[in-house]
Amino acid sequence: MVTTQEVNLPLDRLREAFVTALGLPEGYDVTGLEYRSIVEWDSLAHLTLVTTIEMTFDVMFDTTDVLGLSSFSACVEILKRHGVTFDG
Amino acid sequence: MSAEKLLSLPQYSLPQAQKETLLVERLNELHLHHHGASDAYARVTDAFFPGFAGAGTVSELPWIPIGLFKSHRLVSVPDADVYKTLTSSGTSGDPVSRVYLDRSTAQAQAEALAAIMTTVLGHDRLPMLIVDWPGVIRDRAQFSARGAGILGMMTFARQPRYLLDEGMQLDVAGLVDFLGEHGNRPFLIFGFTFMVWQHLLRQISGLGLDLSHGILIHSGGWKALQEHAVDDEVFRRDFLEQTGLSHIHSFYGMVEQIGSVFLQGSDGLLHPPNFADIVVRDPVTWEELAPGQVGVVQVLSMLPWSYPGHSILTEDLGIVHGVDDDPGGWLGKRFSLVGRVPRAQLRGCSDTYAASSAATERAAEPGAVE
Repeated sequence: MVTTQEVNLPLDRLREAFVTALGLPEGYDVTGLEYRSIVEWDSLAHLTLVTTIEMTFDVMFDTTDVLGLSSFSACVEILKRHGVTFDG
Repeated sequence: MSAEKLLSLPQYSLPQAQKETLLVERLNELHLHHHGASDAYARVTDAFFPGFAGAGTVSELPWIPIGLFKSHRLVSVPDADVYKTLTSSGTSGDPVSRVYLDRSTAQAQAEALAAIMTTVLGHDRLPMLIVDWPGVIRDRAQFSARGAGILGMMTFARQPRYLLDEGMQLDVAGLVDFLGEHGNRPFLIFGFTFMVWQHLLRQISGLGLDLSHGILIHSGGWKALQEHAVDDEVFRRDFLEQTGLSHIHSFYGMVEQIGSVFLQGSDGLLHPPNFADIVVRDPVTWEELAPGQVGVVQVLSMLPWSYPGHSILTEDLGIVHGVDDDPGGWLGKRFSLVGRVPRAQLRGCSDTYAASSAATERAAEPGAVE
């Protein structure tokens, strides 16, 4: 009965974290998103996003990370620095 | 070295002359940008600084009075680029300042505030106590200055906890709980000066709570505390005696220049960061005053791009106490505030400006920017 193996891939978990934290409709394509480019991703939502990603990947961002998290792809790079692997 | 270095180098690390050379270069560019993009800015500065052809020092730059943000729609980017409007928190009925932000200006403000605050907080985000209630950041499209200040500081925090409810009642149990969990390592306390005094310190005096690992950042000034005979010295003394808290920094800032705050150093005075500065002016001749003399404070910052707020004459009175001479080692000017410009004088000043900018098109009040 286990059918959710796909959702466990890091990139999927990150997409899910963005959709949840920013309150976007399910299935919304977040991969090209940039901070402040949509009304849902404002400075208040940014803090929720930071916390959601920290909890999803069990990492701790410092102030530089929080400021550097300016897009979905920047987030991938920051998570890689924190030891999260996205390949394979 | 380019002006970007003013943000990336450690703050308070540049001697005034070196800093000013870089800053003036960028401020001249900003003047040209805003002059070309904002009709209101161009008219006012042309009227008051005829023949201006570039500044050699910060004091030579044109400025606009802060009241102009209440009377005019000052914006230097296409409307489609405005992503958020900030408003000042005025008494109800009074006109409020409106500040129009695009994405790059907002990002620069966030990075600039971080450059300042990490000087005293470090780069790790700290557990945070907010001396306010959650409703203050409820309206997302138009934050008040209070809300914007709290949100800005939350960048440096994790697990923020609001200490007050809507009726300004302190959640003592919540505070005790927080201290039990985080009280033996550095944590951040943020709030407005009067609220920190009235709704935190006065409510916990006698409870024996230990805030000695806290770093308190507060702003808002001393006016509301004058009737309680509380000034910076009393504030610090009482916090130390009653809670053990000794790491306290006030700051001076305004919605018209978010991100460019002037932080209190170990000398008790306020310090411009590398990327901002102040000039104190004679209220009659508008000439720059020498250190030690009281005058009107002009604030300059290299951050404002989407609105012409890089050089503003405030309604505050201040004194420059020295330059590159802080015993604590923070370079640049250091200053204090001594009050507000008397209303009558202010009116005279704004009348002059109103007359000069009467021809300026007064834009219809813009709606909330989504």
